[in-house]
Amino acid sequence: MSEDVIQAIGLSKIYKMGEVEVQALRGVTFTIKHGELVSIMGPSGSGKSTLMNILGCLDRPSGGEYILDGEPVSGLSGDQLASVRNRKVGFVFQSFNLLPRQTALANVELPMRYAGISGRARVERARQVLEAVGLSERMKHRPPELSGGQQQRVAIARALVNAPAILMADEPTGNLDSKSGKEIMELILRLNQEQGTTVIIVTHDPRVAEHTNRVLRLMDGLLVEGA
Amino acid sequence: MNIGQAIIEALESLSANKTRSALTILGIVIGVAAVIAMLAVGTGAQNTITGTISGIGTNLLFVFSGNMQEEVRNPKPLTVSDAQAIADEFQAPSVAAVAPLIQGSREVTFGREKKTTSVNGVTPEYERVRNINLLEGSFITDEHILGRASVVLIGTDVADKLFGHREGVVGETVRIEGQPFRVIGVLAPRGGSSFGSQDDIALIPFSTAQTRLIRRTRDRVDLILVEATTADNVKLATDEVTQILRQRHRSAIGVDDFTVFSQEDFVATARTVTGVLTIFLGGIAAISLLVGGIGIMNIMLVSVTERTREIGLRKAIGARRRDILIQFLTESSLLSLIGGLIGIGLGWLIAYVVGLVAKANGTDLTPAVGLDAILLATLFSTAVGLFFGIYPANRAANLEPVEALRYE
Repeated sequence: MSEDVIQAIGLSKIYKMGEVEVQALRGVTFTIKHGELVSIMGPSGSGKSTLMNILGCLDRPSGGEYILDGEPVSGLSGDQLASVRNRKVGFVFQSFNLLPRQTALANVELPMRYAGISGRARVERARQVLEAVGLSERMKHRPPELSGGQQQRVAIARALVNAPAILMADEPTGNLDSKSGKEIMELILRLNQEQGTTVIIVTHDPRVAEHTNRVLRLMDGLLVEGA
Repeated sequence: MNIGQAIIEALESLSANKTRSALTILGIVIGVAAVIAMLAVGTGAQNTITGTISGIGTNLLFVFSGNMQEEVRNPKPLTVSDAQAIADEFQAPSVAAVAPLIQGSREVTFGREKKTTSVNGVTPEYERVRNINLLEGSFITDEHILGRASVVLIGTDVADKLFGHREGVVGETVRIEGQPFRVIGVLAPRGGSSFGSQDDIALIPFSTAQTRLIRRTRDRVDLILVEATTADNVKLATDEVTQILRQRHRSAIGVDDFTVFSQEDFVATARTVTGVLTIFLGGIAAISLLVGGIGIMNIMLVSVTERTREIGLRKAIGARRRDILIQFLTESSLLSLIGGLIGIGLGWLIAYVVGLVAKANGTDLTPAVGLDAILLATLFSTAVGLFFGIYPANRAANLEPVEALRYE
């Protein structure tokens, strides 16, 4: 039980689009263990984005129970969820989502600022993580001065800097050419194997999914494979 | 996140859009500058007016016939004997000097030059009571009074008009209504006042005026100037003068048929008028500051919309409502604070230029930028920034992270 980092029990999500109710998730139940490398797949409209938002604590389920790293998060308020995201979830987005005017170092420091970590410790930790993703040479550069692959490395460093329980990657290679995509995947695999980081990758690319230990396949809001 | 970091981040994001920030700040600059300049000009006007009145003499009381507040039937005129009664040091110990005067507008000529001026029949006490300074010559003496001498002292305006210069006119003979008067002195200039130029004046002995130029029945006088012994005794002197005149005019019970007006009363009246003027001007200026604040709100709303994704990202990595709120409030407050500081400088400059223009036009107006005006403007402008920043900042803080991240 304690080795499960994610416990999802009967998760459902209903969106109200005006008068029409759309059921994006219809009761999804699964667990993910510490150190697992899991991919979530499914065609568009299958509910995989919704599931990712709930697992990443960006959104609340309409029904069911979600326990992240031993902490039930279904009933938390907006600010409490923000705190959970800050401590336990690292996000990597398809479009990197870096602050363009801040240096790579400052971008990586940002989650620690919201965690209330003091200046000196912050810079040290940010340097350490940037080195770990192979960007020790480019810390003072701003995102527009970096290649796509390098930007995604900065984003991964930012996701890891608060030592989260899970790393959520949403199409991490979607905006990259095949070569840098491959490098990013290798980096994620290495982090998973060497540091035991739990990784969840949301993708529709089978080549990405085949690197993972387990595939959670969604169809019409239901889990059809991988539970 | 601490405030220092918030300020640095806000400065970075404001400098990313320099033109827009500068234009937003301009709205506040104009507002604050207008407030500062208006208050400064208002205060300057107040200082000038009260200063002019103070120049009359701080211990001075004006006694004249009639009552400004209430209707009096057949007010008795003031007479020379009223003045003598007030001068009695046993009845009025707080009175230092008394100067009755009669005045009228008369034409003064010298050669072909002529000027109509206020001719005053005065006693030697007038010099002391009005703090008269002379450019040259000497004042009217008791001998002049006794002998009903045909002598005159003239103000600089009169000297300039008749002689074209102010110096060396003692000994010349001018004519007042055709009668020859020897000039025995020139009064030092006192400058303009709210009652017209104090230098457009001619002084002749009281007795001479009474008998030959400004005829008054039964020893009547137009005005009695009373000097209190000290500035603190002005109130006491007022009471004593009032008491004496009530007795003499047999109006002990009824309404006074005379008025005792102190210089302080003048100052208080003038202060009220200029105070209202200052508030009025400041109020109009404050409206432009308000408009500047709405400009800030407008720009911050645009900024929030533009940075929706950034806000979403910040929330995704752990920013709470409060963090976002502080971030945007810091930006709007900084905009208005910077605008306020520049505005204070500009307002100061405007006030200074107004002072120069006034001086060039012969009005003695020195705008005064007070510390209170500066503090008020700074506080007010920052408050405007905060107030108008609240709505956009709230909007940013309340964004749902999922939707904000999806925003294109």
